[in-house]
Amino acid sequence: MALLEVDEVFVRFGGVVAVNGASFDVDEGKIVGLMGPNGAGKTTLFNVITGLQEPTSGRVRFNGKDISKVAPRQRALGGIGRTFQRLEVFGSLSVGDNIRVAAEMRGISRPERVRDELLDRVGLRAFADVTADSVPTGIARLTELARALACDPRLLLLDEPSSGLSEVETDDFARLIRSLADEGKSILIVEHDVELVLGLCSTIHVLDFGSIISSGTPAEVQADQRVQDAYLGADTEAAEALEEVGA
Amino acid sequence: MTNFVTFTVIGIVVGATYAIAASGLVLTYATSNVFNMAHGAVGMFMTFLYWEVSVNQGWPVWVALPFVLGIAAPAMGLLLERVMMRRLTQADVTISLVVTVGLLVALIGVAQTIWPPAGRNIEQFFNGDAVSFGIVRVSAHQFITMGVALAVAFGLYVLLNRTRIGTAMRAVVDNRELLALHGARPNLLSGLAWALGSSLAALAGILLAPQLTLDYTTLTFLVVSAYAAAMVGRLKSLPKTFVGAIVLGLLINYATWAYISLPKSVLTSDFGQVIYGVKNSLPTIFLLLVMLALPQEKLRIGRISGTKLPKLPSWPVALAWSAVFIVGTYLLTGQFGDANNSRFGQAMCLPLIMLSLVLLVGYGGDVSLMQLSFVGMGVLVAARGFTIPGTGIGFHPQVSVLSIVTAFLLTAMIGAIVAVPALRLRGLYIGLGTLALAAAIDRIVFNTKLLGFGNEGSTVNANRPGWLQSEQSFAMAVVVAFVVMGLMVLSIRRGKYGRILLATRDSQAACATLGFSTTITRVAVFAVSAGLAGVAGVFFAGEHISVSTYDVFFFKSLPLLLFATVFGVTSISGVLVGGLVYGLIGYAPTTVGNLASVVLLLGILLLGGNPNGLVGLIFEQARKVPLPWRRGGLPVEAEPYPTHNPARSALEAPVGTA
Ligand SMILES: Nc1ncnc2c1ncn2[C@@H]1O[C@H](COP(=O)(O)OP(=O)(O)OP(=O)(O)O)[C@@H](O)[C@H]1O
Ligand SMILES: [Mg+2]
Repeated sequence: MALLEVDEVFVRFGGVVAVNGASFDVDEGKIVGLMGPNGAGKTTLFNVITGLQEPTSGRVRFNGKDISKVAPRQRALGGIGRTFQRLEVFGSLSVGDNIRVAAEMRGISRPERVRDELLDRVGLRAFADVTADSVPTGIARLTELARALACDPRLLLLDEPSSGLSEVETDDFARLIRSLADEGKSILIVEHDVELVLGLCSTIHVLDFGSIISSGTPAEVQADQRVQDAYLGADTEAAEALEEVGA
Repeated sequence: MTNFVTFTVIGIVVGATYAIAASGLVLTYATSNVFNMAHGAVGMFMTFLYWEVSVNQGWPVWVALPFVLGIAAPAMGLLLERVMMRRLTQADVTISLVVTVGLLVALIGVAQTIWPPAGRNIEQFFNGDAVSFGIVRVSAHQFITMGVALAVAFGLYVLLNRTRIGTAMRAVVDNRELLALHGARPNLLSGLAWALGSSLAALAGILLAPQLTLDYTTLTFLVVSAYAAAMVGRLKSLPKTFVGAIVLGLLINYATWAYISLPKSVLTSDFGQVIYGVKNSLPTIFLLLVMLALPQEKLRIGRISGTKLPKLPSWPVALAWSAVFIVGTYLLTGQFGDANNSRFGQAMCLPLIMLSLVLLVGYGGDVSLMQLSFVGMGVLVAARGFTIPGTGIGFHPQVSVLSIVTAFLLTAMIGAIVAVPALRLRGLYIGLGTLALAAAIDRIVFNTKLLGFGNEGSTVNANRPGWLQSEQSFAMAVVVAFVVMGLMVLSIRRGKYGRILLATRDSQAACATLGFSTTITRVAVFAVSAGLAGVAGVFFAGEHISVSTYDVFFFKSLPLLLFATVFGVTSISGVLVGGLVYGLIGYAPTTVGNLASVVLLLGILLLGGNPNGLVGLIFEQARKVPLPWRRGGLPVEAEPYPTHNPARSALEAPVGTA
């Protein structure tokens, strides 16, 4: 049984259909990619899964239970963590305190130790005492990741986590994600860096105009004509990247 | 039967004026996303102007009315839109709330300067001629009021639904850029809306004025009724706003009818005063009930903050400053003499009260326009004493550890009760709700003998403990209280709860996805902040010895917030300076005091609503001065990274606008 099941979700904003009957699963301990051109509805789907956006219709199941009507906070307590594409770091706290406060909010014992471990693990040691509002975007994204990890989620949703990272940092990041999956965490990742997604994920779902147009292993998705059409129609840069990587 | 018809007619007429005022409010809010707390103040100002030209200058009505409604009011609306509101459309609610509150205070200050207090009356149109319909007489003025309201309703309907300008106006708030691409001019449209909104406020004021003597605050706060009506339409729907206004008008008048039908013995009793207060607070109660009926606010993605807090002083530095401050004031007060020591002590009460705002507004990013009500409750605890009925256990009316503890517990409890419903909603409603509640507390609690001070203007007295009798010693007690409470606030800020508080302020959405309920934190902070204000109230009572209802008049919570914000509500030093300036201005000539509010408003505008304020700014600059012992600094300051922009919350659509 899949850990997360998204079932026929629709989201309408007035006349705009942001998500149009999307369905997909995320299995336990797997790294799953969610790809799609700009405006495809990826972030909206994340908001639906975490409860920040009420879907017009459809359901979300987590660990076998229907959580469609559950409040965001309860979903987080149930083991769903996330980062945000448009940053939501605690800007007036230092990077270290961002992590510590997450542990404190959850009443985890020894929050300082959680902070120190995660600072090292995510590679933020040098920024520990810098205010989160004044660090570069990439660092702020890692801060959000570390903050989410402080609550030890079973499922982690990452919305474009690598944008703003240098190449070296991206490699470190990929290693970190793999090690998290090895520990049994499930990871759903939205990423524009095609190379990174193809290298990292065991399954990829491609979203276009709010619907899943293709699902499968990286190789299957790359070979899918519909995927290439979608990208050629919307986002030439990503399409080129897709070809370069070997479609 | 006669009574019923009469009160119904008056109710509809009063409701009609509310509807006119409320529609102006909705119009400006819908086109610029700024809720104008000063809407009533604009109406008040224009009504005074109307009095000036029509009564004082003797212009005929048919010249005076078009002048005020067609020229002066729209000009003022355009000006406000140009210099103020346009910058606020994308701002955080708390900032636009503070700025428009600043405008409100400034308008009252200016009005008081131009038209010093005196009895002024505005005549009804057509000298109060009336027509009889069988059993009821309806005056020409009442007919006109109803007719005007209908005309306004019809006119706005046609404007918004049947004209291109109106359609564009409705779209402007959703997407300024998009509209601009289509060739419309968003600034022109919102300018038009503000011009129209000001005229409507003026119209409502002029229609209402004959029933009252002209008075700055009464007219300004009559719009609490307009707020209440607008809230029925959720600040969007004009038809619902009109219905709300009429219902409220009727409710108020039926209540008046019921009230005057009560037996005389009840009316004159102490309890009668409370009923009287409740009757006069009906618009407020109505507003609060409407707010309770609003659905829980959805979580917003898009962080609120954007201002960096000033650097926290380390413990040794904070303690050193505290010692310097205490010793310094001790030496100074030793030189002063009783009269000046009493003035100094009274001025020091204001920073003490403002400390409660540092926690709530500065760190927490919430807002309260009722801090002085909590102060008033603290005063009452100190001045009335407290005994558990029937047991004799309690304490005498005196400043003592017991009264301080009781004041803290009592006001914190009341603060928590207030916060639970208010904090379900957005900052805007918290501002409105606390202001409305403060007005109600004035009437139902403070202005009654049973629960408060007694009739409006009555005083209560508090005793100082024996060892703090002298003016110097009590002034020093206030100083020490400020230092101790300031250090307490600092220690909260430095600890776990301080971090949680800032996190709550920075991103509620992130807190939720970490599994944390921000509501509990916000309620707790509101309660502690109320408690601190209550404690300040005990010292306030001891310092003033005799406190009147005017000293805790709810309106005074507004300048309190303004001074704190301008000088820096995010730091202890900011409120110390701000509070002292506010306190000392009280001894300056009235004109200076009145015009200080204008300077204050300019200050807020220049600071762009930055809550670190003047003091924060000075510290920030001072920190840049290279000093021999300052080496290196943070890596961020040395190396300019491309950083993300935190001040973009307003640019993001709220989640769940489907
Ligand atoms: N709160 C909202 N109100 C109205 N429309 C919205 C809202 N949020 C998203 N949309 C619209 O829904 C569609 C999907 O947006 P979403 O942010 O989910 O896309 P995305 O796949 O994350 O795109 P990107 O790659 O640019 O992040 C877009 O057309 C967007 O304009
Ligand atoms: Mg997105």
